[in-house]
Amino acid sequence: MSSSGSTTPARQLRCCGASGCRSAGSEELQAALEAARDAAGHTAQELAIKPVGCLRLCGRGPLVACDGPGGTTLYGAVPPTEAGALIEAARLGDHGNDTLQTSRLDPQLPFFALQSSVVLEGCGQVDPESIDDAIAFGTYSQLRRCLHELTPEEVREQVKRSGLRGRGGGGYPTGLKWDTVALQPPGPRYVVCNADEGDPGAFMDRSVLESDPHRLLEGLAIAAYAVGADRGYVYVRAEYPLAVERLRKALQQARRAGLLGNGIDGTSFSLTIEVRVGAGAYVCGEETALLQSIQGQRGMPRPRPPYPAQSGLWGAPTLINNVETMAAVPVILREGGDWYASMGTAGSKGTKVFALSGAVTNTGLVEVPMGTTLRSVVEVIGGGVPDGSPIKAVQTGGPSGGCIPAELLDTPVDYESLMELGSMMGSGGMVVMGETTSMPEVARHFMRFSVNESCGKCVPCRAGTVQLAQLLDRFVERRASPADMAKLDALCRMVKATSLCGLGQSAPNPVLSTLRYFRHEYEAACRQPALCEQP
Amino acid sequence: MSVITLSVNGKEVAIPEGVSLLEATRAAGVDIPLLCHLDGLEPVGACRLCLVEVEGSNRLMPACTTAASEGMAIHTHTHQLLDYRRMAVELFFAEGNHICAFCVANGNCELQNVAVQVGMDHSRFPYQYPQRVVDASHPLFAIDHNRCILCTRCVRVCDEIEGAHVWDVGSRGSHCHIVAGLDQPWGEVEACTNCGKCVDVCPTGAIFHKEDTTAEKLRHSDRPALLKAARDEHVWRNQ
Repeated sequence: MSSSGSTTPARQLRCCGASGCRSAGSEELQAALEAARDAAGHTAQELAIKPVGCLRLCGRGPLVACDGPGGTTLYGAVPPTEAGALIEAARLGDHGNDTLQTSRLDPQLPFFALQSSVVLEGCGQVDPESIDDAIAFGTYSQLRRCLHELTPEEVREQVKRSGLRGRGGGGYPTGLKWDTVALQPPGPRYVVCNADEGDPGAFMDRSVLESDPHRLLEGLAIAAYAVGADRGYVYVRAEYPLAVERLRKALQQARRAGLLGNGIDGTSFSLTIEVRVGAGAYVCGEETALLQSIQGQRGMPRPRPPYPAQSGLWGAPTLINNVETMAAVPVILREGGDWYASMGTAGSKGTKVFALSGAVTNTGLVEVPMGTTLRSVVEVIGGGVPDGSPIKAVQTGGPSGGCIPAELLDTPVDYESLMELGSMMGSGGMVVMGETTSMPEVARHFMRFSVNESCGKCVPCRAGTVQLAQLLDRFVERRASPADMAKLDALCRMVKATSLCGLGQSAPNPVLSTLRYFRHEYEAACRQPALCEQP
Repeated sequence: MSVITLSVNGKEVAIPEGVSLLEATRAAGVDIPLLCHLDGLEPVGACRLCLVEVEGSNRLMPACTTAASEGMAIHTHTHQLLDYRRMAVELFFAEGNHICAFCVANGNCELQNVAVQVGMDHSRFPYQYPQRVVDASHPLFAIDHNRCILCTRCVRVCDEIEGAHVWDVGSRGSHCHIVAGLDQPWGEVEACTNCGKCVDVCPTGAIFHKEDTTAEKLRHSDRPALLKAARDEHVWRNQ
């Protein structure tokens, strides 16, 4: 699928420079590699060392991919002291070197072999800080095609045909949302990209921002063209400094290249995009709160309807999609909506990126077609629990999702199936839990998160989550009574049914799902387990 | 003006188009508890007491912010709603320090009235006894955060009717509190016009006249609606 530029040297080392690998020392490694190459007397033409984005297997960082005539070999956790050996191996194309034995990763590992890169196709391939590299890879070609060859209706038609649904967690059909915005009465309208990825254990959007920011900008520009907007915002959380830096750089480059701004690519279409940096509130990932925050107000959700598609930023129709959704758009246009819809299940099309972490051998970023079973994601791709013990549960959807027990791992991953299990797709965080994990503790962990992140506007979320966390304390500390069990049940239902926004409505999910599948653990935490009411 | 019809607890009512479900319940003579809503101020849907069931929708809708539409069928007092309302009132009492016996608003308090209305005689949830402060720096009024339920009526009346925007909400979650000016002592906020509208609308004894002692506070929660009608429609209802 890649269309690499003609100037790419035959041999190159791609060094991951995304946050995960950076924290594992990728900058030092890259500097050591460059020094070793120079010391060995090789030029950049002979052996290029290219900074790229996410190479997926974050847990084994810093990752380096060696491209040569014989294919690609991947190395993980290479100490800078082995830079010389790695340069030699890359130059000779001989990857049998014993000193690198422990660092060499098998490309046939299910972790790599079972992935289908669609949204992530440029991650790990392109230099995130170079627009020339992105353009050589094909980025912005679909924007140009849309502007010159397609009407906004035709663009929306492809998105509708693709069956793409919002990847931020809600799963609202993207094409329908685009139509709703486009068909509002004439007047100003806005596009917003929600990059306020706040779920614990979720780092999909961060990887896209850090690895392939131009793809996101292309998707955003196509969306703006399709709905008739001339202003856009990317709302990124401040906790992603590298993503903010690269996004700002990408914006500047795109403006200079005439791909954003007035009269894009010689057409009458203009688009201004601004980056807005969040101030640390999780609730600002909720769309109405996010819009308030962009307007400079306190980030508090408001009741919907009206939906932002009708009345969003400054009362104007506003299209709001998350990073992964926007980043899927260029591929959908290139390959066609039908191609995208050929992947996945009846109700959930295409691919989904998951951030795999927790008690799992292969920690990192996974992109698989919708409908792949949870088991193949966590056991085959993820490699199961490191010590070989069985998986107890998989947590999806962060503080809004639930824990799916091991016996249900054969469930296909799609919006409806996960919802039926009392969890949700969420944005894509997947935390694997081993046998030693206590479920009331997991529930309390997430409930405390909700307590801290509640905006305080409505009483069920502001005061209810506090009471729920205290009730869970009693279970964790094994001093609960059967009455606490009944209270926990009742309060969870009340908070879920009466909270104002999605944060409050889904805050009880970690409790409800663990109560459903691991009720015995709660009962065992009561002083008189036998007296607990059966559901 | 076109008129729509809908049913409230099985009773058909006709109301003007464009009004909220709250007006529909009033037209049907149904009394639902309200704390954050006040006629004359923008509704925010925060207290969740006015939630109603709408047939055909699996979500509960706040009557104050939901637009009524033709043919809707709503239910206001189902067993489940009564249950949720009582729990919400318990949560209100448990999260603050509401000691009625000492309160300026005792006997004339909307929180107290709502508790009676939903039948809340005790809280099943433990009282949190939060550490909160009293700000008596203003020459005429004082705010006792112990009694605040964060309805934001003061914030809205000051912003929407008086146009001074002295009040706002600070912090998050259970640490939320009403702030004066840039989180200053109220008495130091130069924007305050001493109009006292925040005192008039406060549903509890949180904001009060300094001269009021126990059970002496009078509420004037009808004033925003009167002022709004006077300004928007040039109708002076008190004349």
